[in-house]
Amino acid sequence: MQRIGAFVCWCGSNIAGTVDIDAVTKSAADEPGVVYSAEYQYMCSEGGQLAIRRAVEEHGLTGIAVCACSPRMHETTFRKTAAAAGLNPYMVEIANIREHCSWIHKNRESATEKATILMRAAIAKLNLNKPLFPGESGVVKRALVIGGGIAGIQTALDIADAGYEVDIVEKSPTIGGRMAQLDKTFPTLDCSACILTPKMVDAAQHDNISLYTYSEVDEVSGYVGSFSVKIRQKARSVNRELCNGCGDCITKCPVKKANSEFDEGLSKRSAIYVPFAQAVPNIPVVDRENCTRFKTGKCGLCEKICGTKAIDFEQQDEIIEREYGVIIVATGFKPLSPERYGEYLYGQSPDVLTSLEFERMMNAAGPTGGVLKRLSNNEKPKSIVFIQCVGSRADAKKGKTYCSKICCMYTAKHAMLVKEKYPDIDVHVFYIDVRTPGKNFDEFYRRAAEQYDVNYIKGMVGKLADEDGRLRVIASDLLDGKQITIDADLVVLATAVEASPDVRALGTMLTASMDQNNFFTEAHPKLRPVESPTAGIFLSGVCQGPKDIPETVAQAGAAAVKALGILSKNKLIGNPCIAESNELLCNGCSCCENVCPYGAIEYTEKEINDHGNRNNRRVAQVNEAICQGCGACTVACPSGSMDLKGFTNRQIMAEVDAICRT
Amino acid sequence: MQDLVKEKPFKPLVVSFCCNWCSYAGADLAGSSRLEYPAEVKIIRIPCSCRVDPLFVLRAFQRGADGVIINGCHPGDCHYSTGNYYTRRRMAMLFSMLDFIGIEKERTRLEWVSAAEGARFASVMNEFVGELREMGENKRLGDIRCKE
Amino acid sequence: MSASALNDIREEVLRISGANPKKCMSCGKCSASCPASFEMDILPHHFVKNIRDGNIENLLKSKTLWKCLSCFACVERCPRAVEPANLVEAVRLAVIRKKGENYLKVDDIPEFIELDNEIPQQLIVSAFRKYSK
Repeated sequence: MQRIGAFVCWCGSNIAGTVDIDAVTKSAADEPGVVYSAEYQYMCSEGGQLAIRRAVEEHGLTGIAVCACSPRMHETTFRKTAAAAGLNPYMVEIANIREHCSWIHKNRESATEKATILMRAAIAKLNLNKPLFPGESGVVKRALVIGGGIAGIQTALDIADAGYEVDIVEKSPTIGGRMAQLDKTFPTLDCSACILTPKMVDAAQHDNISLYTYSEVDEVSGYVGSFSVKIRQKARSVNRELCNGCGDCITKCPVKKANSEFDEGLSKRSAIYVPFAQAVPNIPVVDRENCTRFKTGKCGLCEKICGTKAIDFEQQDEIIEREYGVIIVATGFKPLSPERYGEYLYGQSPDVLTSLEFERMMNAAGPTGGVLKRLSNNEKPKSIVFIQCVGSRADAKKGKTYCSKICCMYTAKHAMLVKEKYPDIDVHVFYIDVRTPGKNFDEFYRRAAEQYDVNYIKGMVGKLADEDGRLRVIASDLLDGKQITIDADLVVLATAVEASPDVRALGTMLTASMDQNNFFTEAHPKLRPVESPTAGIFLSGVCQGPKDIPETVAQAGAAAVKALGILSKNKLIGNPCIAESNELLCNGCSCCENVCPYGAIEYTEKEINDHGNRNNRRVAQVNEAICQGCGACTVACPSGSMDLKGFTNRQIMAEVDAICRT
Repeated sequence: MQDLVKEKPFKPLVVSFCCNWCSYAGADLAGSSRLEYPAEVKIIRIPCSCRVDPLFVLRAFQRGADGVIINGCHPGDCHYSTGNYYTRRRMAMLFSMLDFIGIEKERTRLEWVSAAEGARFASVMNEFVGELREMGENKRLGDIRCKE
Repeated sequence: MSASALNDIREEVLRISGANPKKCMSCGKCSASCPASFEMDILPHHFVKNIRDGNIENLLKSKTLWKCLSCFACVERCPRAVEPANLVEAVRLAVIRKKGENYLKVDDIPEFIELDNEIPQQLIVSAFRKYSK
């Protein structure tokens, strides 16, 4: 039997004004288990806390029931008081008689009655409280960043600068990501490479950062503080230690017809290649699908020319196993392919480009050397049409349901860049709405329209028709209510931002939840935007939702700080109010495992001693470090073996009973 | 004696389950904004609406409750990401079953109240208790063995 | 026509078409895609908006009803699956189903079809069937 002390707070006149404190205190004394009851002006004050500590000592209390304000306000305070008095901090229950009672009821009689009932419920629950001990787990002082774009680089740099080791795993042969492909950035029009490449070099040279390029995450297990990850470093066919990056192999390679991924297929590359001149690391990769040596067994020119004997055709994929305390996802995006929208002639006419292809074409280091031309006849275009919202803001069956956020701005940027370079080209932009929330964003768009005479037309393009080599754009001007046709030489489609579909497999590995669009879900949309609901997993950049560069960098920094919050601890103290399975009752049905949003429940074969009856059974086990204590499993459990510590079935039933006891 | 009982206005007994992250905070906000709602509502704090076992609801009716209301975060806002979806499904089943055995659908309710919706919490409670007052006492499922 | 009668027609149009004009974001892709738009007095996107807003009366009299080819280019291309052609068809049906008000009268024919030998007889017969009560 518990020895409970009930403490009723006046909170000045906040509670005492409408609740008869004496009556509550007196009836508390009659409750089962209560050996002491008292009231005080301000229970949370130094004096109030001292009174509680004294009472614990004098009356040998085992539990404390405080009738005061919301537990969201002072639960921690009173738990500390209990701990100071030598009790387990979880032997405290709070009856909320201020926010839920005295402040909302004017009638003294009914408020007092309600306060008494709330007090009873708290005491009924407290009678069933058991001391709880939060689990502790160690922290591996190393972070894994998945994705080496600007988001991953920034997060890695921030963590590394704080003194912790970071590994970046990047799928492609170089870090840099999408930002490396861009020509200029809005709204300042500064050169993308000029601000990105120094960061890439910083990351490569940082003592605390290790780069795993041309690598992928194969397997993830474990939980916050100690994830164990298998990284597959794909065979580069080039020895990373021996290669000095001279590039002789690339010039000698006889294959010249492979599509350059970096130039979005607008230019060709050799079979052994580095994606672009400023690639980090500057070590070539043999593309085994296109390499003559791998296709026919003949050639090997690169091997012959290489002065450092770095070419190694026998190289195999390498699996690296590492432990990490935290994982940051920075997998970024890919532009949606507009091929499914046949009316835009993408893939049928070489003069219809996506915005990213156009970006490459405008880039001085791009496939045309920064010269704008029609790919059909290499002539300079006289008129360019930009079409926005291609694949964005659509019905789920017809594209992406969301606004891709960055297209309005980059289209304004493209239009402006064209006008800046070639003032004689006519530029038309078809839009549904121009959305420019952001610092200096609307000003930027207005500059395109006002200063550069970009012709903004409200309305979507119905279709394009190839008319004697020119593209006839058939559209509707909604403000005039008129049909219009424009003959264009080049059409640029602002395609939707899309999370690469293959990240879903990664999401499953990490047990990090994702939305229907393959974006990672944040723990709270407003208050925890960079954390995944899965402890120890953080989100950086577009993998969480469409973002521009400044937002990505801001989120990358925030994710780093959140990750550092864990890395800087030696021990992680968990919430003790977590699920617990009674192995004697568990029937091994997996219901709990299926509803757990965190993957915290695992099944093991175990010998169970059921009242002397020993046999092997499949039973549920809750991983204390992963469980967050939502209680979904407790309700799903058909055998009643799953319970939630601190909110047990019996405790809640007792509260229900106490409330219904009239 | 009969007349005396009749004169007393009917006070429904309402058990309200509130999830710790949204609705309980919403109820706190209703309190700190001094928004009145009937004293018949008694709140039980739970970590997530998905912690509400149908048994708790049955138990409440068994012990003489006239209405049970479960409050959770808005869909998509659950602190545990999917808890309220489970609640929604479970309670849809439970409430129809209760209706079948004679506890009208109006006596059970599932509401989404966010931490910022103090006013909504108060108005939902006012509405619910108002309806229960009109419906009168719940006579079904009461456990006669437990009557004192 | 009374407001309630118009509202009945609107309800019927929504029921027959199964389309939801509230999904429309006014991008105008239907109008831009429509091969018959140059003949229309109310463009498809405007037609959808009128149904959404309950302005049914002018739709009943509009030329658009009879100019729509039901080619479904708008349905195919609408990014939000609003199905404008279904709405047009539904309004057309609502008009046709009203007794005693045949749209197509013999005198009307020269207005939009040049009767020559090029036009198959069957088309005229089916047009009468389609555009009568």
